[in-house]
Amino acid sequence: MNPDLTATLLKYAVMFGVFINVAPIMNWVERRACAYIQDRPGPNRVGPLGLFQPLADAVKFMFKEDVTPAAADKLLYLMAPVLALLPAFTTFVIIPFGPDITVGGRTIPLVVAPVDTGVLLFLALSSLAVYSLVLAGYASNNKFSLLGGIRASAQLISYELALTLSVLAVLLPVNSFRLSDIVAYQQAHVWNFIPQILGFFVFLVASFAETNRLPFDLPEAESELIAGFHTEYSAMRFAAFFQAEYTNMAALAALGVTLFFGGWSLPGVHLTGWLGAVVGLATLVAKIIVCMAVFVWVRWTFPRFRYDQLMRLGWKVLLPLSILNLILVAAMTLAGWL
Amino acid sequence: METLIFLIFAVLAVASSLVVVAHKSPVYATMSLVLTLFSVAVLFVLLGAPFLGALQILVYAGAIVVLFLFVIMLLNLQKSEERRLGPQLGVAMLGALIFVGMVGLVFWRSGAPALQRLTPELVSLKGLATALFADYLLPFEIVGLLLLVAVVGATVAARKAPEPGAESGLLPREDYVSGDEPRTDPLRSLPDPRRPDVAEPAYKPAAFKEAAK
Repeated sequence: MNPDLTATLLKYAVMFGVFINVAPIMNWVERRACAYIQDRPGPNRVGPLGLFQPLADAVKFMFKEDVTPAAADKLLYLMAPVLALLPAFTTFVIIPFGPDITVGGRTIPLVVAPVDTGVLLFLALSSLAVYSLVLAGYASNNKFSLLGGIRASAQLISYELALTLSVLAVLLPVNSFRLSDIVAYQQAHVWNFIPQILGFFVFLVASFAETNRLPFDLPEAESELIAGFHTEYSAMRFAAFFQAEYTNMAALAALGVTLFFGGWSLPGVHLTGWLGAVVGLATLVAKIIVCMAVFVWVRWTFPRFRYDQLMRLGWKVLLPLSILNLILVAAMTLAGWL
Repeated sequence: METLIFLIFAVLAVASSLVVVAHKSPVYATMSLVLTLFSVAVLFVLLGAPFLGALQILVYAGAIVVLFLFVIMLLNLQKSEERRLGPQLGVAMLGALIFVGMVGLVFWRSGAPALQRLTPELVSLKGLATALFADYLLPFEIVGLLLLVAVVGATVAARKAPEPGAESGLLPREDYVSGDEPRTDPLRSLPDPRRPDVAEPAYKPAAFKEAAK
């Protein structure tokens, strides 16, 4: 087999292994953490500390009845969960997870797809995720689902602008779309969140909205829309949405740490070869875990925004702030401070 | 391998764009449009222009078509009853003829040998940026201005006409959803105190049934 293809497949397998386990682990973390925040025990019966609860949930998902509403648009209804998984499991291919390693005389960059358009590819693929939500809402033929789908489309469009502009500001001083160049830049200078603290906060808030997490989980607001776009879904199809949501969170967290917190690198640590690769991957995973903990912490701390507040925040606060950040970073880059 | 990928996505692009114009359901037509744009993006990548491919997905599939879908779902458009291809076929053929004529004219006037091959330098990020921001700066700025005019025009067109009482210091009519019709609360049959000339309709069971739909 072609060695390049083998290397790419192996790298994909590593990243896939990391990202597919996010959902079951986060399922446990989320429920235990929210229980801790709300001063109750949470799931603690299955296994030590309730650690086997995700396994029990997975079995439950597999054996539950898979319902398709009679009035649903069958094709789109079946397609929506698949469409949710596709962007979730492709976006992480551009996240670098270690220094270049040399195997049998050939240098292998530790990123699944070392393409020039790196960040753009991430944004392009993740922007397709909205279709699964919108189609699920439409195809279910249920007014709550439809409202959830409409909200999802409006919300994602509004926050993608601010997100993209805050990412763009990071690229300016680096002069490259490649995330590995951005990591190298941060190794040479300081982590980007120090000079670009404003852009980091815009990115953080926009990524909560992009992943439909509280305080911006309007597409599935339980108290208003039952479960929003996935009201009608059950069994493994619901699990697909669940998996996609957490994988998207992890992918966005990975992008965030790569853009603002040095990615797989640690300040002052310059390991190479296999040791560097292992340490790099472990560092990246550790940083993602910290980000996911922030996601959980925020979810169980803040109340949900009202819909008009969400739109106002997106268009009247975040977008101007991200443009201001872009101008500031451009000026600082021109002045040679970055 | 490359030819195979090209064939798959070229056929997909043509077939899905036919579905866009021919399908009765607006949602299916819009989703085929996404497929068309995605296939064209793949063709861009095959041509050695991954930047254009990524932009194609990011801007068109990721943003503009989402807005299409948003409007379709907000207005809850249903399947159109008549075959859409029938009456529009003549116009479509005319458009296709004009397009073929224009491309032919370009070939005829410039001469096919004068056409440049796509080189990596031409379609790379740097080549594209040089063309946009150095060679064709003025047209680029004019296009930007045109877009600004379109945004301002859309904002003006979407703005509600000011309420008659708004200037005279009366309360702003925040409880109006669309501006032209007072919100009707079926349980309350009292006239609106701020607009006594418009009496709210009395409670009617029919109104409830309408609302439930």
